[in-house]
Amino acid sequence: MYVAVKGGERAIDNAHAWLAEERRGDLAVPELTVAQIREQMALAVNRVMAEGSLYDPDLAALAIKQARGDLIEAIFLIRAYRTTLPRIGGSAPVQTETMACDRRVSATFKDAPGGQVLGPTFDYTHRLLDFKLAADGEAAAVQTGTPHEGGTPHIMSYLDREGLIQPEVAQEAPPPDLTRTPLELPVARALRLQALARADEGFILGMAYSTQRGYARNHAFVAELRIGAVAVEMEIPELGFAIEIGEITVTECETVNQFQGSKTQPPQFTRGYGLVFGMTERKAISMALVDRALRWKELGEDNLGAPAQDEEFVLYHSDNIQATGFLEHIKLPHYVDFQAELELVRKLRRDAQAYREAAE
Amino acid sequence: MSDYNFAYLDEQTKRMIRRAILKGLAIPGYQVPFASREMPMPYGWGTGGVQVSAAILTPDDTLKVIDQGADDTTNAVSIRRFFQKTAGVAVTEATAEASVIQTRHRIPEQALRSDQIIVYQVPIPEPLRFLEPSEVETRKMHSLEEYGLMHVKLYEDISQHGDIATAYAYPVKVEGRYVMDPSPIPKFDNPKLEMAGIQLFGAGREQRIYAIPPYTKVVSLDFDDYPFQPTKAAQECGLCGASDSYLDELIVDDAGGRMFMCSDTDYCTTRRRAGHVGAQGTAYAEDAA
Repeated sequence: MYVAVKGGERAIDNAHAWLAEERRGDLAVPELTVAQIREQMALAVNRVMAEGSLYDPDLAALAIKQARGDLIEAIFLIRAYRTTLPRIGGSAPVQTETMACDRRVSATFKDAPGGQVLGPTFDYTHRLLDFKLAADGEAAAVQTGTPHEGGTPHIMSYLDREGLIQPEVAQEAPPPDLTRTPLELPVARALRLQALARADEGFILGMAYSTQRGYARNHAFVAELRIGAVAVEMEIPELGFAIEIGEITVTECETVNQFQGSKTQPPQFTRGYGLVFGMTERKAISMALVDRALRWKELGEDNLGAPAQDEEFVLYHSDNIQATGFLEHIKLPHYVDFQAELELVRKLRRDAQAYREAAE
Repeated sequence: MSDYNFAYLDEQTKRMIRRAILKGLAIPGYQVPFASREMPMPYGWGTGGVQVSAAILTPDDTLKVIDQGADDTTNAVSIRRFFQKTAGVAVTEATAEASVIQTRHRIPEQALRSDQIIVYQVPIPEPLRFLEPSEVETRKMHSLEEYGLMHVKLYEDISQHGDIATAYAYPVKVEGRYVMDPSPIPKFDNPKLEMAGIQLFGAGREQRIYAIPPYTKVVSLDFDDYPFQPTKAAQECGLCGASDSYLDELIVDDAGGRMFMCSDTDYCTTRRRAGHVGAQGTAYAEDAA
C-alpha cells in the first residue's frame, strides 16, 4: 500500500524558516548591520552593484546580508528588484576625463599630465594574513593632501593626436538597453560592452586570461586604469538642459593593443575598453581585453576560432544569473523525462539482447 | 502585495509580451525573440512560463500549476504561490476548472477545451540546438526551412540503436512549416499537441516565446518505415489502476521494489475519487493524501 508523496507546501515553509535561522547564525554574535557591510565589505558591494546593474550601495549591502554573503545570490536579488523599476530615461554619457581620480595608473607612459596615482590598491601589499585585524580593525590615521583641480586627460588622447591609435567614431543614437530589448546577434559594440559590464567577473576574467595565453592573443597594455567619482547628468525635457542628478564611482580601463594592420586597416594601435561600476579593476581590465578580442571582424582580423572572439559564445554564457539559474535547475524534479529515458534504455537493451540471441 | 502591479509585471512589459504571443500565434511554431525580464525566481525554473502567464492572466482567471504532472511538487507550489500573492487569482488543482494551466514537462491527461490556455515552461526552445550550437546558424536554418540535419540525426539513431533515441522533447513540425521543440514533455504527450486549447511556450533565459493555435496540425517527426510511437511504462497505475496515463516509477523498498503511479496527480485523484483502485492503492479518502 502506498500513499502519494505530498507535502511540497510544508517543506518549502520549513526550508525558508531554517534558512532565516542559518542566515542569522549564532545569536551570541552581534548581527551585521547593512551600514557595516556597505562600509567594510565595499568591494563585495561594488561587485553586486556592477553585476546587478544597479548603483545603490545600501541595497547591494542589504542583498549581501540577505544572501548570507553569496554574491551571485545577492546580484540576483538586485536584478530582480531592478527589473521592477521604470526606465525614466538615459543619462548623458559620463565624462571620465573629469573624474575625481582616487587611482590612476598607466603602464605605457612613465609619467603623463595628472600623474600616476596608486590610490588604495592591494597591488603592492604582501599577502600575509594580518593577525592584528582579528583583534583590532582600527586603521591608523593617514596623511592627507590636496586633490588637484580640474580634470585628468586620458592617456589615449596623446596617442590619438599622433594618429597612432585607431579612431573611435562617436555614436549619436542612444545605445539600446539590454534589459529592455532581447539580445539578437550580431550586436553593436555598445550593446556588447553593456553585456560585458554586467557579466560575471570570473567568466570575463577567464576569457581575458585565455587571450593572454594565446587564444586570440592581442598583446594588451594597460594604457590607463582610473578609478574615481564622476557626475551623472541627465537632460530633463521640461528644462531643456542637462542637470547633475548624482555621482557614481566607476573603474575605467583603456588598453592599447598591438596591431599589424590588416587588409582594411593600416598598422596602428587599437583599443579595448572597460567601464564598470565601483572599484572593480580586475573586472574592468578583463572587460577591455575581451572587448578587444571581440572586435576582430570590425578591424579586419582573422577569426582564429578562439572562444574570446566568439561573440555568441561570450555573450550567451557570461551572465551569471542566467547561468546559475539554468545550471541549478537540474536539481528540480525530472521524474517524467527520466522515466521516458528509462523506458527507452530498457527497450534498446531488450532489442540489443534479442539481436545478440538471434545471432547466436 | 500592493508594491507590485497585478501579476507582478508592469503593464508595459505585459504589452511587450502579449505582442510576442500574438506574433507567435500568427506564425505557429516560430520562435519570437522577446525582452525577457529578470523574475524573482531563477532562470531555468520557469521564468518564461511565468512571464507568459503574468501577461495573459486576468483577475477572473483560475490558475493551475503543475510540474512533472503534479500540483504538489515544490516548484509548482512556489509558482502557484507567486501568482496567488501577486495576482490574487483563484487557483485549482482540477484540470477542468482551470482557465490557465502553467506546466513543466507534461500535458494533462484530460483533454483541454477551447476556453483553456496551457503555458509551457521551456528550457531550450531551439530544437536544433544540440545539432548546431550557434543561434545565428539555427535561425538561418529555420528561415530556409533547412531541417535535413534533424532527419539525419533521427536516421542515425535508427541505424545505431534500431530506434529513434529521443524519449522526451521529441521534435514536431507545426502546420507543415516550423520544426519546434515541444519542451521536455515525454513523447507520450506529443499526440496531445493537437488540441482545442491555446498553447503558449515561454523560454525566459533564452528570450523566446512561441505558440500553437487551437486545432493546429502538429506532426512528430518520423519515417514511413519507422513511424512515431508514443511510449509509456507498460504497467498500470498502482493507485488508480489507469492503463492509459503516463506513469512515474517509484522505488518503494530497500530491495529496489518498484511501483508505478500516474504522473498527472489530478487525473489519478479524480479516478480514485470515482472509485477506481489500483493494485497497491486503497479506496480514496478525502484526507488520506
